[in-house]
Amino acid sequence: MADSPFWMIWPGNAALSALLWFVIAMPFLYAARAPVHGLLRSLGALAGGPLRLAARSLLATARELRERNRAVLLAQGREESEERIAREFERVAALVKRDLEGYPALQRRLLDEITRVEEDYRKCGEVPPPPPEWVEAVAAVAKIKPNGNELVQHLLEEINVSIKAIHDKALAEYRRSYQARHRILDGFMPFWRSLDKTLAQADRKMTSLADRAAAIDAQMERYEAVVKKTDKAEHALTVSAATQFFIATLVLAVAAGGALINFKLIALPMSEMVGAGDYLTASLRTSEVAALVIIFVEATMGLFLMETLRITHLFPRIHSLPENMRKRMLWASFTLLLILAGIEAALALMRDMLIADKQALLQSLAATQAHAADGWLTGIPTAGQMLLGFILPFALAFVAIPLESFINSARTVGGAALVLLARAAGVMLRVAGNFFRQLSKVLITLYDIVIVLPLLVERLAKNAHPPAVRGGRADLKVGERP
Amino acid sequence: MRRRSFLLSVPLLGLAQALGCTDPRSHSHAVYLLVDTSGTYAQEVDKAQVIVNYLLGSLQPGDSLAVARVRSRSFSEKDIIAKATFDQRPSQANAQKRLFKDRIEAFTSTARGSVKTDITGGLIQGALFLNETGAGKKTILIFSDMQEELDKSTIRNFPIDLKDIRVVAVNVVKLNTDNIDPRRYLGRLEDWQKRVEAAGAREWRVINDLEHLDALLKS
Repeated sequence: MADSPFWMIWPGNAALSALLWFVIAMPFLYAARAPVHGLLRSLGALAGGPLRLAARSLLATARELRERNRAVLLAQGREESEERIAREFERVAALVKRDLEGYPALQRRLLDEITRVEEDYRKCGEVPPPPPEWVEAVAAVAKIKPNGNELVQHLLEEINVSIKAIHDKALAEYRRSYQARHRILDGFMPFWRSLDKTLAQADRKMTSLADRAAAIDAQMERYEAVVKKTDKAEHALTVSAATQFFIATLVLAVAAGGALINFKLIALPMSEMVGAGDYLTASLRTSEVAALVIIFVEATMGLFLMETLRITHLFPRIHSLPENMRKRMLWASFTLLLILAGIEAALALMRDMLIADKQALLQSLAATQAHAADGWLTGIPTAGQMLLGFILPFALAFVAIPLESFINSARTVGGAALVLLARAAGVMLRVAGNFFRQLSKVLITLYDIVIVLPLLVERLAKNAHPPAVRGGRADLKVGERP
Repeated sequence: MRRRSFLLSVPLLGLAQALGCTDPRSHSHAVYLLVDTSGTYAQEVDKAQVIVNYLLGSLQPGDSLAVARVRSRSFSEKDIIAKATFDQRPSQANAQKRLFKDRIEAFTSTARGSVKTDITGGLIQGALFLNETGAGKKTILIFSDMQEELDKSTIRNFPIDLKDIRVVAVNVVKLNTDNIDPRRYLGRLEDWQKRVEAAGAREWRVINDLEHLDALLKS
């Protein structure tokens, strides 16, 4: 056939032509077996070697990164624990100074009260004087049995009367004495109450001190774990950093929303100051940039305010400032923030006026009757905008706190993510390297399958004439190396 | 400005500050409105007020607007009824717009029809005005039936330059003759399109429905 492809040995029969080509090629393929095997092995090594090398390098990098992250994390944790312990000690010192400073006075008061109570108690112990000794003599006379003598009878009656009088007198004395003791005991009550109150106060202070001590113990345990570089401490710090990171990100997103509202409030009135026709880029007006700058300056002032209040620790230089300089800086940043907040409130008012003016113009252009505005109702949004303009800069100032958390935790979270990424890439490269190595082996086997007929012939020939190999190694199979 | 552009502007601001430059291109918009006062079209002048009001409501501080009439010979500054480049400050711009509106209202109430219609002269005058403003976007609005009628001594059959200018024909009403043979109307518009595009105009557009004026300034 004239239109058959050039390779068709048997015109019109592609399968037969291919078979013929295969048969013709087989001896050549057999002859080229060793170099082709070598080539396939080399290709496998060429592709797989660098990949495995890169994988090893990446895994080593991941290990190094992990070690570095661990070192940084533990150092951060150690620093944080030290700070917390120092703060706890400061609290304890303040507690001791505040509460135990008055302890000598408290002790003196307690001793005074106890002495007084003891004296009173001693007074309570004083019994009424015993009856006079002649009472015993009278008692002896009273034991005389009446024998009908009138004189004796009269004497005994007299004695009886005297005894009764003395008894009544002694009883009255005794009652008076007990009344006095009861009065003393009644007088005990305020002292007991005062004593109880003082002791409760001392107990409360001691309990508070004990709580602080327990907190210090907990912090110390954590600190010791960090110093010992235990896995548990590392895990706890990592989890804490991740939590901080997500919380800080969330709060920063909320703050970005606040900044957006702030921007909307002042972007339009800023065009009244810097003009509305200048553009920084194709879609970014200079007035919008000016509004952004104001917001950034406010955020920066807020940052300095938080820094000088020692709430955040982003700038070590600020913390190392002398106390009077730090206070000056605090007041300067606060004043600037206050001024900017005032400017924002004024801009918010101007925005409202501009919108109202534009609205009036549009109504006049549309030739429609303007609605009669209710004075105080329309005043609410204006007041709200002004208030918002004043408050938002101060609210933005607090962004410094989540920002610090974000920066601190981002190092840990980013490092951990980088380690994971390096590990994943290393594993992927290793898998790819192994794949190419195995692929070369599969291709070698496939090649041998293609030339199975010549290999069979070779084996038969070798079996028919085993080579005289010393050491009994003639039983090697075809294709096997000695 | 939308949230995305706000977020985009944050790094852009830093970049712009680092480079210490602003966008040198002009982002202002200049519009030149030609109002045909010839023949029977003079009775349509009231509708021009609607267009002017729309433009005043849409143009931003820094933009320019001029309104000129089309008469027998329109290549003259005297035909410009009102022109203004609005102040960069929104409050001042609003005051200018109010003044502009009053002047146009005074014109529409006293407009008189002309004998001939020199649209080409108005176009040349408009192009000169727009190029002088240096605006980034330039638009000529032609409020006319687009039927040009010149006297014998007026010469307009030469190539004109409308490079980078959008030309929008507004309220192109049909004449009595167009009603008899619509091909005249379509042919007239086609001729103008060819002429405007040959002059280098960026776009040619016809807007007859005054309810959809939002397309006037959109390219």
